[in-house]
Parts: sequence; C-alpha cells; structure tokens
Amino acid sequence: MSQATQTDIDVVSEGRIESVSGPVVTATDLDARMNDVVYVGQEGLMGEVIEIEGNVTTIQVYEETSGISPGGPVKNTGEPLSVDLGPGMLDTIYDGVQRPLDVLESRMGAFLDRGVDAPGIDLEETWEFTPEVTEGDVVEAGDILGIVPETKSVDHKVMVPPDSEGGEVTAVESGEFDVTETVVELDSGEEIAMRQEWPVRQARPTENKRSPDRPLVTGQRVQDGLFPLAKGGTAAIPGPFGSGKTVTQQSLAKFSDADIVVYIGCGERGNEMTEVIDDFPDLPDPQTGNALMARTCLIANTSNMPVAARESCVYTGITIAEFYRDMGYDVALMADSTSRWAEAMREISSRLEEMPGEEGYPAYLAARLAQFYERAGLFENINGTEGSISAVGAVSPPGGDFSEPVTQNTLRIVKTFWALDADLAERRHFPSINWTESYSLYKDQLDPWFVENVAEDWPEVRQWAVDVLDEESELQEIVQLVGKDALPDDQQLTLEVARYLREGFLQQNAFHDVDQFSPPEKSYLIWQAIKTFNDEAFAALEAGVPVEEITAIDAAPRLNRIGTQEDYEAYVEELQGDIEDQLREKY
Amino acid sequence: MKEYQTITEISGPLVFVEIDEPVGYDEIVEIETPGGEVKRGQVLESQSGIAAIQVFEGTTGIDRKASVRFLGETMKMPVTEDLLGRVLDGSGEPIDGGPEIVPEERQDIVGAAINPYAREYPEEFIQTGVSAVDGMNTLVRGQKLPIFSASGLPHNDLALQIARQATMPEAETDDDSTEEEATDEEEGSEFAVIFGAMGITAEEANEFIDDFERTGALERSVVFMNLADDPSVERQVTPRLALTTAEYLAFEKGYHVLVILTDMTNYCEALREIGAAREEVPGRRGYPGYMYTDLAQLYERAGRIKGREGSVTQIPILTMPGDDDTHPIPDLTGYITEGQIMMDRELNSQGIEPPVNVLPSLSRLMDDGIGEGLTREDHADVSDQMYAAYAEGEDLRDLVNIVGREALSERDNKFLDFADRFENEFVQQGYQNNRDIGETLDIGWELLGMLPKTELNRIDEELIEKYYPEDESETSEEAVGVEADD
Repeated sequence: MSQATQTDIDVVSEGRIESVSGPVVTATDLDARMNDVVYVGQEGLMGEVIEIEGNVTTIQVYEETSGISPGGPVKNTGEPLSVDLGPGMLDTIYDGVQRPLDVLESRMGAFLDRGVDAPGIDLEETWEFTPEVTEGDVVEAGDILGIVPETKSVDHKVMVPPDSEGGEVTAVESGEFDVTETVVELDSGEEIAMRQEWPVRQARPTENKRSPDRPLVTGQRVQDGLFPLAKGGTAAIPGPFGSGKTVTQQSLAKFSDADIVVYIGCGERGNEMTEVIDDFPDLPDPQTGNALMARTCLIANTSNMPVAARESCVYTGITIAEFYRDMGYDVALMADSTSRWAEAMREISSRLEEMPGEEGYPAYLAARLAQFYERAGLFENINGTEGSISAVGAVSPPGGDFSEPVTQNTLRIVKTFWALDADLAERRHFPSINWTESYSLYKDQLDPWFVENVAEDWPEVRQWAVDVLDEESELQEIVQLVGKDALPDDQQLTLEVARYLREGFLQQNAFHDVDQFSPPEKSYLIWQAIKTFNDEAFAALEAGVPVEEITAIDAAPRLNRIGTQEDYEAYVEELQGDIEDQLREKY
Repeated sequence: MKEYQTITEISGPLVFVEIDEPVGYDEIVEIETPGGEVKRGQVLESQSGIAAIQVFEGTTGIDRKASVRFLGETMKMPVTEDLLGRVLDGSGEPIDGGPEIVPEERQDIVGAAINPYAREYPEEFIQTGVSAVDGMNTLVRGQKLPIFSASGLPHNDLALQIARQATMPEAETDDDSTEEEATDEEEGSEFAVIFGAMGITAEEANEFIDDFERTGALERSVVFMNLADDPSVERQVTPRLALTTAEYLAFEKGYHVLVILTDMTNYCEALREIGAAREEVPGRRGYPGYMYTDLAQLYERAGRIKGREGSVTQIPILTMPGDDDTHPIPDLTGYITEGQIMMDRELNSQGIEPPVNVLPSLSRLMDDGIGEGLTREDHADVSDQMYAAYAEGEDLRDLVNIVGREALSERDNKFLDFADRFENEFVQQGYQNNRDIGETLDIGWELLGMLPKTELNRIDEELIEKYYPEDESETSEEAVGVEADD
C-alpha cells in the first residue's frame, strides 16, 4: 500500500492484540471503522478491520502471523484499504495488496518477508506530463487534464479525481514531474497530482452502463466463432484441474484485442506467474507490436502467499481496471481463479465462526461474486469517454463438479460460459472448451459486428457448424452401440465433416507460432473450406460415389492444417480447388 | 523462558494452558510429563490468558501437573550438509545411531513464500528413464509432480525408480561414447534425495531404506521417518522439516534436490484430526477449509530461484481413497501441483510396469522443457500424437466389447492395435530398465509407424518425413539420424 501513508502513519487510534488465530487477529480498545487499514504487532503487519463487536475488533492480516502475540500494539490508520493509481502500473507485477514484487525482491530477497511496505507506484520516477487544459478552463470530476506516455503502447490520462468538486483551472504545469507533484491547480484551492488513491471495495463512479455491441476478439476460433465474448462482457471458465484453464486465460491475456490487460493470479501456482513474467516482456502485442507487458498489469498472490491478501487481490485488480476504463480504454480482466478467492472468504469466515452457507462457504458468497462481476461492463464514463471492462473468471470446481456453489453462483451472473472438459484435455483436444455445454448470450448482440467486419453470412455459417456438431454428438451415441460402419452413408459423411470441424476448426495449438492466433477472417475461411468439402462430398454421394472413396481423397486431411498456415488465404483457395477436382472426377 | 503447570484441558492432540504472559502464534512448546518424558508441541491459538497447543508426540502421559515451557521461538530445523546420508525421525531427531548433528544454521520450518518475481521458470528436462514419464509427462527441474495412486498399487516402486535413475541430460552430451556407463557414476548430474515419510508402514519404510542402501543412494539422501505407529500430529511437521532441509541444500548449497513425500493422504488425515479436535467448521468431507492453503504451503516450496544454483523438485505420493480422484486430497493437490502421474489398477492387473495411465496424467511444465536443444525436436508432436491415438484406441475398446473386432473398419483396428502395443511396449518397461529419451521417442515412432501418415495430423510434415519408419526394418536408423543433424 502507499508508502506515503506508511512513513508518516497518522495513527488515529491504538489498541492491543487480544488473540491470534491464523490470519485472523482480534484487538481490544481499538477505535476503528469497518474496513480501516491497521498495522498489527511490533512488526507492523498490514491488516483490515472486518468485524466490530463491542470493544473487540476483528482484523484480517495480509501477512503471516507466526510469532505475533497478544498484548502487542494495533495501530489504526483510519483509512480504508486503497490502491495507488497513476502512471507506472503497467509493466508491473503486484502482490494482493498492490506491493510491487520487484521492489519487495530488492528489499528482502527471494523469499517474502513480513512487515515490508512499498508504494504501489514509484514515488520518485518522473513522467512527461502534457496538459490538455489551459488556465481558465472549467473542469469537473473525472475530466482529463493531460497525457503521460506511460508505456510504448499506452498513453496514461491524468484525470480529476472522481470525488473532486471540480472548478476553474488556475495553474497548469508542463514537463517532467513525479507522481506526487501538483500538475494542475483549481480555483477551489485543490491541487491535483498524477497519483490518486481509491478504496478497493468501492466501484469508481460512472455515468451509465450500456449494452455491449463489439466482440472482444480473442484469436481463439472456438471462442470467437462459437461462443464470443463482448467488450464489457463477463465470462466464466470452469474446469477441473488439468483441463487448461490457465492456458485459456493466458491466451486471452496474450491475444485479445483489449487496450489494457489486468491479470490476477489469485491463489494459483508460483511457477505459472513466473511464466507470465518471463514471457510477456518478450511477446509482441498483436495490436501494436510492442511488448505485451506494455499493456499488462499483473497481480500475483500465489497459493502459498497469505490468504487474506488473496481475498483482497481481485478488488485490487478490478480497481486498477476501472481506473484505465475511466481513461476510455477497453480493459480485459482475467481472474485465475475465483474459486481460490471464494475459498479465502470461506477460510476467513470460518475463523470468524460465522454460520456457514452451502459447503462451508459464507452466506454472502453469491453477493460478493455478483458485486465483482457487476463492476465489469461497457460504460459511459463521467468524463464522457467510453470504456469497458471485460471480466473473465476461471473457476476451479472441486472434483470438476459444476454443481458446487462457486460455479453455480458465477453462472447466474455471467453471460458467456466456456466449459472446460477434462475428457477433451486428456485426448489433447485444446482449447478443451466443450462445444455442447458452453454458451454465449452475446451472440445476437455481436452478430452485426461480425457481419459488417468479417463476412455477411457469418451467423449462417456458424449455425451450420453448430448443427453439424450437434448432429455428430447424437450420432456418436449410436456409434457407441453399433459402430460407425453400421450407419447409413450420409450419416457417416456427417461424422467425417464433424471430425474436420473438431480437428481443423475447434482445435488450436497454443504453442504453434502461427496457429496460436487466428483472426476472425481466418476462422471464417476454415469454416468455408470445411463447408466446401461438406457440400462437394454430399453432391458426390448423391451422384453415387461410395462414401469410402469420398472420405479417402487426399486433399481432405489438409483441412486440418489450415490453422498452421501463415498464408492461409492462398492455401484455402488451392485446397478448395483440389477438393472440388478430386471429388468431381469421381462422377 | 516461562514455565507453567497450569494445564486446564487435554483433548485429543490438544492441550490448553493458562498463561499470564502472552505467547506467540506458532511458538514451540516443551511439555514435561511427571514421568520425565519431554514432548514437543506448537501454539495453535493464542489468547490473553490461555493458549491452545498441539502436541506432536501425542498427549498420552500428560496430566494436569505436567510442566509447559514456551521456548519463545517458532519451530526451527537444524540444517547442515552433513545431514546427507542420515536417517531422522518425523521430528528431525537422528535414529540411525550416527553422530550428533552439528547444525550450520537453524531455519524456520514454516518457510517464507518465494517471491514469484524471484523465481526462475523451470524448463530443464529431467530424464527419469521411464518412458511414460519422459515421453508423455516430462518432469522438469523445479517442478512438483505428484503420483496419484491407490492402495495396492506399486507407487513406491515407481518413486524409487525415479529417485534412482533421475539425471540431467547435460551429463550425457559430455561424453557420447560411454554414456550408458557414465550416467550411473556421474555424481554431478544426480539428485540429492530428501525422503519424507508420513504414516507409512515399517515394511514400506524398510523397502525404501533397503533400496537406498543397496544402490548407494543413501549417501546423497536425507530420510525423515514418521511411521504409521508414530504420533499422527507429528506428520504436520515432517514434510516441513524435509522441505526446509531441501531448500537449504538447494538454495544455499547448490544441490539439485528431489523431494519424495509419502503418503500425503496421511498428512491430510492428521490435518483433519487437528481440525476436529479444535472443533473447527469442517469443509468438504470433514477436511478443514484451509487445507488448500496448507497444502499449497508445502507444494509451492518446489522451484528454482534466479541467480541460485540448486533446485527443489517434488514428487509427493498420495493414495486416493476409493480410487476417487475427486476426493478432496487428490483434488486440491491437483489444483496446486503442476500435473500428476496417475497409477491405474487395470494396467497393474495386466502386469504393466509401471502401471501409469497416461491419459489422465499430465505434466504442465512439459511444453517448455522439451523440444530441440532440450530433448528432441519431435518430442512434443510425438507425444501429442500418441495421446490422441491412444485415446482413440481406448474409446474403440468399449465398442469392441459390443460389436466385436470384425465389425470395425480397418482404420479402427489399427488404432486398437496401437493402443495395445502402446501399453505393452511403450508404458511397459520394468522397474530396473532405464531408457534414455532417444530410445523412448524411437519406440514411439515405431508404434506410430502402424498408422498411415495421413492420420498423423498432430505432427509437423517435415518431422514425419524425417522420422516416420518407412519400412519396419529401417527404424533402427532413426536414432543415428538425429545426432548427425543440426
């Protein structure tokens, strides 16, 4: 949290530790409000007030509590848990309470120690501020005052804090400043710097929320093609372990056409976060060609880091996302995994001895999940710009059972559901998104965009593909009983077409340089190529060609290789020609 | 040091003591029974006036007159390189009759989390010599890859085989000619093995120790033994002692450490026992709600750190109650670890050694640890293709039971044959057989050669040209072709 408030902590009140149990500490004689940040014990461990009962205040502590003993001091800052907002958040990796991990490493080495505080944004680094207002302009809360080039990809916009009264600009600076120096003064006497603070548990204000109408293009065929997500939409990715949640989330972070990506590693593996830290600076952003890190803010609270900070990390993330949304950007936020977040709530709740709800989760689980996803959306900001937050939450249901509370409560809120399937993962069908269980309620909203930008018959071709896959899953049940060869010829052919849809379209190799990103135009051409095969094959069947001969043409297996072709347009054209030739010469 | 004789309640593994000075959370306690026996414990909950203590050695013999000493520090493990070759009990006391251990340092056993920013991403291939692992679920340095097993399956044999055979491939490139003999002697490329036993039977323990002694592996091992008849609460500390030792050897002394923890199921049972004694609100199947966090604090202690020589690789073993991988113990483990190796009862009864079912097995770090320069350029594609082909053959087996083989097409029959040969030739290898990665992949190609080229849609066309056995008799040439290349 903010160093500024830490070095000269305004101690509003001081109390004594009464008891310690894991991350939960109770204190007596502490004068505090709910959600105030406090510092606990001689080590000054950061914590947050979560319950007040008579003279006893309950605190969740964001650091290990080993060795903390009753009688120690508890100091209240009187401030709610907040994040520092300003230039310098991109290309940074934070822990769950916005302490930059690189700074922590340089201060305490490879292992995370306790009681070390660090500001969320560097207070000494200077930034080139170019004003967009002049003296005499009247500004209101949220208005953009100037531009700071934050990274190669992103221009940071310095805004009037949302809780400001606004007023007439009396002084404007221009040039290099650090984040705490005043760059604009108002006639109300208010001095505005690049840095602002915002309490994480409170959504930043907006003008109104709109219905999303543009897709978040992910470059993943199964997602863009069958189950699209809107910019400003919400999606859940539930799946048992090993089904590819993290790879799917990372693909989104890498290839989606968002301006800003906030990636929250909530209670997941340390090595996975390291992979992101290692890879992202080297990978190019498909939008701008600059390093991916230049548009990314990472929040890593791995599973072995303190559980209370896991509870707060999603709020830290979404608050940062809202700040960039206010600048008018499209933000994509990934939370991997929301189940770990829910478990952190459960753990704290059980330490508080609250009456448990379903499966030991607190009764307020549904409400918290809903509040979180509601902070996503396509918004008209208070400064008149339009920005969006698309929220994608991974869910890790115990035993892969989707009927458990976190999955069920999430599904009640989100509109896109990408169901990961362990069976598909086992046979290395990736991305292992199950096409019969998944859905997207944004399809109709987004069709006009695809029709206008990709192909006029996009919705029809998609429907054709869906129908073939549906028919396949029905036929598979019969095949399981009687074998494929017992089916009539036309149904055998349908199975063959469906196989190409599965292998050539739905499957995508995340580790292949070309295949890993498939623009909608390419996805559409793959559909078209398979449809050509379908149409020609059925025509040949009609003309009396035996089904074995049709499926044996040597052009057909090439349908599965379109994904890996760089020059896919020429490849598809040639392939379509070959399919036509080879089939037509048979009758 | 403050001493009390104010025990108010003894319940299961817990002791409650009235205190007049505050004690710290997690602090270590010594309890001396009237009989003079000293037991150790840890503060679980600390309030002004009363402390709850979990006693590692069990509460038998403690009465209300026993004296309780708070040592004013959290639990530490005395660490030194001299620990290598030693056998210790579950709370870190030597039981091999050897000399007293003179510690170089005493380290907190809880262990701090590694800053993700300071981690180095694991991508160095470990050759275990087991095809089902190397070829299909590659282990890399710094990974945590558990074995999901069940009662009656030979998980110990597999763990021992891995401990015995695991090497770094660099050692082999040094001297190509005598590589086979060299790897066994190559000290530098071998792992220091930390073996943490929790609640296993004396017989199992002997099996491990005997094998370590027989192969000379004991010299480079540290063994922690908490046996089935040792106090279950002690199982809470055993893995932490083992991992603290591992971290010390790896990150301060530069060893590559392989930690085998068995059996994690017993550890979780102990966790549940303490949770129940504390009357906590239970989570799924009575296990505490914080079990995920607790397990993560063990498993996440695997890894590599930037700028440090060594690494900690973990192979925890757990037995799935009722062969059920949705049981909370394997389930939570799978969510934390980087994959799993699944043992299969059916393969075991077919006599496959090791009976690894590769389909539900997974190594998440495989993709970055294999390929050109690491293992071989065709590794990823071959393993993908074998997964897909084996899965297809496996599906067809259900069908064969209904309609018989004759009713299936020629293509289907090929996949069925593939699945059979995959199990009998690729997975089956025996616990004493050490295959290098080239051999593993060559067997893979031999099997893939049963399928027509057009079916190999997971493999790059150039690689098919290079490796596909055109004629059964030509397969032997492939291995030579690789080394000449590049």
